[in-house]
Amino acid sequence: MAEAVDYKVIGTSPIRPDGVDKVTGRAQYGADLNLPNMIYGRVLRSPHAHARIKRIDTSRAEAMKGVYSVVSGKDFPEAEHGEIGGEGGGDISDLAKNIMARDKVLYHGHPVAAVAARSQRVAEEALAAIEVEYEVLTPVLDLDTAMASDAPLVDENCYTKNLPEKPDKPSNIAAVMQLGRGDVDQGFEQADVIVEGEYRIPAAHQGYIEPHACIANTNESGQSTVWCCTQGHFEFRAMTAKVLNMNVADLKFVASEIGGGFGGKTVVYLEPVAVLLSRKAHRPVKMMMTREEVFRATGPASGTHIKVKVGARKDGTITAATAWMAYEAGAFAGAPMGPGAMSVFAPYDLENFKVEAFDVLVNKPKVAAYRAPGAPQSMHAMECALDELARKLGMDPIDLRLKNAADEGTQAPYGPKFPAIGLKACLNAAKNHPNYTKPLPEGAGRGIAVGFWFNVGMQSSAEVHINENGTVTVVEGNPDIGGSRASMCLMAAETLGVPYEQVRAIIGDTESTGFSNVTGGSRTTFATGMAVVRACEDIIAQCRARAAATWGVDEDQVLWEDGQATPAPGVNADVKPLSLADIAANAAKTGGPLLGRASLNAQGAGASFSVNIADVQVDRETGKVDVLGFTAIQDAGRAIHKAYVEGQMQGGAAQGLGWALNEEYIYDANGVMQNAGFLDYRIPVASDLPMIDCEIVEVPNPSHPYGVRGVGETPIVAPLAATANAVRDAVGIRIHDLPLSPPRIVAAIDAAGS
Amino acid sequence: MSKVQVTTSINGEEMEFLCEPQQTLLEVLRETLSRTGTKEGCATGDCGACSVLVDDRLVCACLMLGVEAEGHEITTIEGIATDDGLHPLQQKFLEHAALQCGICTPGLIVAAKSLLEKHPDPDETTIRYWLAGNLCRCTGYDKIIRAVQDAAKELAHPA
Amino acid sequence: MGAFGYVAPGSLDEALTVLSEHASLGKRAQVLAGGTDLLVQMRGLDREPRTIVDIKKLAETNRVDIGAQEVFIGAAVPSAVLNENQALVDLYPGLLEAADLIGSTQIQGRATLGGNLCNASPAGDSIPAMIAAGAVCVIAGSGGTRELPVEDFVTGVGTNALGADEFLVGLKLPAPGPGTADAYLRFIPRTEMDIAVAGCGVSVTLDGSGKCTAARVGIGAVAPRALLVPAAAEALIGSTLDDAALQAAGEACSAAASPITDKRGTDVYRRKVVGVLCRRAAAIARDRARQA
Repeated sequence: MAEAVDYKVIGTSPIRPDGVDKVTGRAQYGADLNLPNMIYGRVLRSPHAHARIKRIDTSRAEAMKGVYSVVSGKDFPEAEHGEIGGEGGGDISDLAKNIMARDKVLYHGHPVAAVAARSQRVAEEALAAIEVEYEVLTPVLDLDTAMASDAPLVDENCYTKNLPEKPDKPSNIAAVMQLGRGDVDQGFEQADVIVEGEYRIPAAHQGYIEPHACIANTNESGQSTVWCCTQGHFEFRAMTAKVLNMNVADLKFVASEIGGGFGGKTVVYLEPVAVLLSRKAHRPVKMMMTREEVFRATGPASGTHIKVKVGARKDGTITAATAWMAYEAGAFAGAPMGPGAMSVFAPYDLENFKVEAFDVLVNKPKVAAYRAPGAPQSMHAMECALDELARKLGMDPIDLRLKNAADEGTQAPYGPKFPAIGLKACLNAAKNHPNYTKPLPEGAGRGIAVGFWFNVGMQSSAEVHINENGTVTVVEGNPDIGGSRASMCLMAAETLGVPYEQVRAIIGDTESTGFSNVTGGSRTTFATGMAVVRACEDIIAQCRARAAATWGVDEDQVLWEDGQATPAPGVNADVKPLSLADIAANAAKTGGPLLGRASLNAQGAGASFSVNIADVQVDRETGKVDVLGFTAIQDAGRAIHKAYVEGQMQGGAAQGLGWALNEEYIYDANGVMQNAGFLDYRIPVASDLPMIDCEIVEVPNPSHPYGVRGVGETPIVAPLAATANAVRDAVGIRIHDLPLSPPRIVAAIDAAGS
Repeated sequence: MSKVQVTTSINGEEMEFLCEPQQTLLEVLRETLSRTGTKEGCATGDCGACSVLVDDRLVCACLMLGVEAEGHEITTIEGIATDDGLHPLQQKFLEHAALQCGICTPGLIVAAKSLLEKHPDPDETTIRYWLAGNLCRCTGYDKIIRAVQDAAKELAHPA
Repeated sequence: MGAFGYVAPGSLDEALTVLSEHASLGKRAQVLAGGTDLLVQMRGLDREPRTIVDIKKLAETNRVDIGAQEVFIGAAVPSAVLNENQALVDLYPGLLEAADLIGSTQIQGRATLGGNLCNASPAGDSIPAMIAAGAVCVIAGSGGTRELPVEDFVTGVGTNALGADEFLVGLKLPAPGPGTADAYLRFIPRTEMDIAVAGCGVSVTLDGSGKCTAARVGIGAVAPRALLVPAAAEALIGSTLDDAALQAAGEACSAAASPITDKRGTDVYRRKVVGVLCRRAAAIARDRARQA
């Protein structure tokens, strides 16, 4: 367990440094910047889910008054194949074609052309003047159809990857993956009880409230500055450079404030188009998606079809488990089947297991990362199966999980041995939580489930400037999506030993700070935080050197304590300690300004486990589920900013509840999304939810100076199964598919009753 | 394109602007008048990010024409703080970490201000239903509700 | 391409003149009240330029009159204003609940009963409640004023009985007598912000012995337009509104429904739930009537 550590500011919840601008309307988000001489770009999108483009004629649009530039697929360079990297994954050439279709459109809403005009309205009129001739093809809209051997092909050149030999004919299965250990047949033979289930979950959108937006300003030498809302401006720069075959040095990306992302703003959609439109128009081009465009054409999370089988002895020991999982990739390969496969059994110490996973093309928008990409779907299946197993065994569902829980030293299903992890601590916290034992109202149900996410490290940079009065400016490169500036300030303040209020953090653009990977993978507080701590340590070393020089002693005779340089015990010097402010004030005489820096590729990201408890009441006549209570318990490693850690847990719980109960992509037979708006894509509203109780467990990650694991993604994983298990408890029927919408629940109750 | 001249008051300041008849108040605020504190999340009245007060009545700026502002008093997020500093709601949103990304925050603060003017001592259910038109995807609403409750207390009994 | 225009007439006659001029020239004019549907449509499927005729500056459309025999609600009065009128809430708690269910607090600040009706969505929340309450449309036209029961006003999905030179001035409702009360329930998947999957408004009158002497039942979102369901009313009339009568009324509503399957629900589901709502709404109306 966590050793007691006496921190001064870490673990508190101070006001974020960017807060006032965000509560007064000053903060500038993606669509808030306007530049002189700016024009507006809009995208023409495919009305078909699958079609060949026979002809595009933009001449009438180009001739329109007030239209400055028009682009279509032919204006983009042929992009080379290559891994995008980061959380979203996929291929650069696919990314390029996703931004602007070339010979085929692959989903309803796929961009086919774009215009820039003096106003949005003129731009829209110009779009209407573009003629596109299509040869409509049969769309492939679901996993069953897509995986059938005689399915129409989304991509005629798609040959399944990761098979022992290249298949002799193309298919919609872009890739397969297998994972396993032991002998599952033997394991199932040893089982006293076996449960099997088949679970389908439709695609769900990240649902960030801010639509994608950017401005690109390209000059005559081809250099371009892009302002945009992004989870990672360095990676947006890299993608844009690759898609447009540009020199990275000619692109400057400035991250605006970002109005939510949850993984959905880790890939470019508009930016390369805006750069190109601006290049042709010789003016800044602003592009803003409508909400409808966000739904129709940006990446949701994969729809999935998952089968799970689990066998156990009477005492609850799992003897074998198998999973078969198909993930919709959308129009281009790159569904998160890998993390789905690697997470499905991650909480458990299993001798025998086997996982098969499939990355499947369908004529829907290319999926993008959504908070713990892949894990909510696969772990939903496993955690529902375990609930059934506990019922069959007559065991408490937490006890069943404790019996099989992974711990320090357990070989994770995906390879490495776990270092210290907090799963058992979370399970015990859940078991001891008053919300787990308090009586339920008549007819209500309670469910629990475990969540997990790997968390990642990756590259980060940070600089720490000591201003002339001793205040501290932290510069880093990760857009602040949920209060990370405050966390950086806390870690800097703790390390330097100065008050939080003396530290400010800013997000540099791609020309003013070192490279950082995206704000994603729950990596920012871990990896960028580590860089900030290292940069502060660099400052401390410099301060000790300057104090030593001032005092005429050796550096190792100077300590750094409570924000000041002090002589080590026994050092024979009649000196007063020097504070950061003292040293800063004298910086000119001791070597110039104090600038600390660090850049690293963070290793040792710590897995974060969670346990959720959901209480629901179900109206058996209407199928309406009321969430009576929800408890989120999670191992944060160390909570740097306590309130923002709780906020991640609560927000993830709400998103998971939404996915469990109401959220889904609904398509018609032609592949047209029927609910492309917040009216019918039903994310939870304030009156849908109770207060969400949080318990932060802290099992420090040994790889981080303060023990941080990363908390952003795990919270969305467990709510799906916790809610489904609660509904099962309330109505007495297992409903395998999500969402647990009222019609689905009533149909299940009626079917069971008849 | 024939534009209409509109005279209105925005955050207590008399203002004239020209707009096309079909332009929404939201477009006028953000594009014509550069009041970008009012956000666009959907432009169909489903998210509440563009909440403003019109003569103290809470509305979505995306569901009102710019020309309809004629003769009315509009209050936006930029008009909530006073010479004395932040409004208690703004302060409590900060203290309770009631914002993560912050895009819904202006709309929520405007909506909550309208709530507290009509219901100075609202219970949790009243707050939740009043704010049901303000979508937040980050927080799960918990800390927002607490911030509003705390602001109500603060307004009733100023420290 | 033509351009949008905007006029805000100061009098009924002026408004009618604008409408009839446009009608005679074959130009499109559209009446704007709260605008919460119209503005969404203008950004969505119906971007055609037209003249917007704002009726919010007319005395008649802003009027709320509560008389001994009759109540008038102007077509431009927002739901929020109606719900702040306690006398109105006391008279028609069901109708006002329905008005209160139209969208968010923000929508409430603009949306009107008149607009909800003219928009003629099959799922408009206030329409079944108005039908139950016996509301009558007051329609102004160049040929004079005419009246039409709400249940006859909507002619189909998104269409209504207004001529091109007419507009809805307001709604007339009979003042509820002793022992009369209404209720409205709708079903939505969330607690707020959704369009009704099914809705049911019920108004009942009880005599001194608790027997139901009159009833009206309106259902919504289960047919191309909101419907008056006489069979449901018949099931209630003459009973004490006991469980059996409520059950029978619910079944009548299910039978009268001809729902579709769409993104909001299945036909089977809607048919079932409209019956459940009728039963529950009738019980609420009954309990209120016993106090009235």
